[in-house]
Amino acid sequence: MGKTIIEKLWENHVVHREEGKPDLLYIDLHLVHEVTSPQAFSGLRLKNRSVRRPDRTFATMDHNVPTVNRFNITDPIANNQMETLRNNCEEFGITLADINSPEQGIVHVIGPELGLTQPGMTIVCGDSHTSTHGAFGSLAFGIGTSEVEHVLATQTLWQSKPRTLKVQIDGELGQGVLAKDVILYVLSKYGVNFGTGHIIEFCGNVIRQMSMEERMTVCNMSIEGGAKAGLIAPDDTTIEYLRGRKYAPADAELEALAEKWKALASDEDAQYNKEVYIDGSEIAPMVSWGTNPGQTAPVTGRIPYLSECTSENDQRAVESALAYMGLSEGQNISDIKVQKVFIGSCTNSRLEDLRMAAEVAKGQKVHEDVQAIVVPGSQKVKMMAEQEGLHKIFLDAGFEWRESGCSMCLSMNADIVPAGEHCASTSNRNFEGRQGSGARTHLVSPAMAAAAAVNGCFVDVRRMTGAEAVH
Amino acid sequence: MAGLTTFRGKAAGMDRVNVDTDQIIPKQFLKRIEKTGFGQYLFYDWRFKQDGSPNPDFELNRPENEGVSILVANENFGCGSSREHAPWALLDYGFKVIIAPSFADIFHQNCLKNGMLPVVLKEQEIKYLLDKTKNQSHELTVSIESKTVTDADGFSASFEIHPYWQNMLMNGWDEIELTLQMEDSIKKYEESVQ
Repeated sequence: MGKTIIEKLWENHVVHREEGKPDLLYIDLHLVHEVTSPQAFSGLRLKNRSVRRPDRTFATMDHNVPTVNRFNITDPIANNQMETLRNNCEEFGITLADINSPEQGIVHVIGPELGLTQPGMTIVCGDSHTSTHGAFGSLAFGIGTSEVEHVLATQTLWQSKPRTLKVQIDGELGQGVLAKDVILYVLSKYGVNFGTGHIIEFCGNVIRQMSMEERMTVCNMSIEGGAKAGLIAPDDTTIEYLRGRKYAPADAELEALAEKWKALASDEDAQYNKEVYIDGSEIAPMVSWGTNPGQTAPVTGRIPYLSECTSENDQRAVESALAYMGLSEGQNISDIKVQKVFIGSCTNSRLEDLRMAAEVAKGQKVHEDVQAIVVPGSQKVKMMAEQEGLHKIFLDAGFEWRESGCSMCLSMNADIVPAGEHCASTSNRNFEGRQGSGARTHLVSPAMAAAAAVNGCFVDVRRMTGAEAVH
Repeated sequence: MAGLTTFRGKAAGMDRVNVDTDQIIPKQFLKRIEKTGFGQYLFYDWRFKQDGSPNPDFELNRPENEGVSILVANENFGCGSSREHAPWALLDYGFKVIIAPSFADIFHQNCLKNGMLPVVLKEQEIKYLLDKTKNQSHELTVSIESKTVTDADGFSASFEIHPYWQNMLMNGWDEIELTLQMEDSIKKYEESVQ
């Protein structure tokens, strides 16, 4: 029987296997940020341990950083956490893309951008959205701080093999339907724990036609379905993306590796523990209305009625979400007004995302009741966007153009949505309080976020001028 | 970490689904660089009102739930962010065992790493426990050794735990120390993939 790419990646990294124990897996790349690492480094220091492979470890600061004046950190506790990372990296010999580095950015944006993320690798980070890197055909998953410490000390992790789940999306996406809509659709259809205990392989026609940046958006939100990781087999699109990146192999080495990487693809007769099939042509631009990413509807649709809930737990979840969101059962999505718009996060802050939003914003004005911010995922994204003049489009339309970081995705810095306000956000989580205490988050694609900024409510981006360029 | 074989304690019920780690410990408290002191912020937005006073309607604020050390929760507990601050906050508050019909993977792992036991029981069993902890105090005994949850009323449920983790928890071993003893295997692996 053939093997899935998931099994091939797993087997390639087993350091030690023994009855009654999880497998000891080798970790090829460990990404580190300021929030989930300080206690891990303290742990090492306490036991007089060193970092085994600083050359396979790369750090940046993203969660806490201000997006207005990046060098003026007014929060002393945040500043201390950043300073701590700086000292730890220096003490343990780890490369750091510091706040003043042109390589700084959200950890899941810069890993791929710098060519650190490569097919066939195992990649971990103390951050659940590490699944993003699976877009390259790597086994990438989020870990806790104890595991961060374990990887720092040993470059390995004890892991029980998860089950395999195939999510195949075929057909053609309609115009104006983006990668974000695809993953939100999957979550709305199968819920927030259909992937628990599994690693997802995304495949099918729709996935094959996606750019690397779109694939990253899809894999990024695997964790929102509860999956340990999500990945996509490497192909020519993957190899082309890697060409010319700082840490990626080049020339003959890249060509040789390309063949090896492509051979990782799941065998024709490979079996999965679970399979789901989706018709891409059914997907419309999506908007989340509740307090988990599965509580999502098409922009042309409505919030469900309580009577439509399939279980008691489901009904209670809908009731509590509606109470928090200040919405009613059966309400049309297009009736929801927004006061904030956030375009950014490790889900949707790359150059293509900003281009999509700019296409919609071009020549328009942000609605008078709305504050809209655009936060590029990295300093490089910011620079490239400015070279294309995207910042001018946003600024002319009344959007704010910020510095790179996680920003309003989790509002650990000053970018907070006030209580009671609705925010159209290109981020990944609409949990209670995520964007601020009492904040009401609606997850959308970059094009839909820009459309909401202009209209002050959710509109179908397919019906806006400029949208024909959004594909 | 001290070993844990059998634990007896008071259980509190939290009958909510998809409790995410953003609720367990909101992001404004993630800036500390220590592992301790997070208990005061546990479930902050639910536990306290806007003015900072305790919310009397919140489960853990009810008088019968004072001094609890076992949490009975509902499906997909601990979903979302990988923040280990969530189990740190639960531990610091006094919890030693979390019982639910299902857990999110990273949270589950994070609990084990900190010597806190996540117990998966069947829906019917959870229903019984949620019922028993409704508006009243209820004591449970959790044995890692025999992999059971029992009470004085004759309730007995068994659970699965990977033998590796059963061993680790019962002995309170330092996982990194054990892995460091595998140095030869790790070196050999590194050489083989050069």
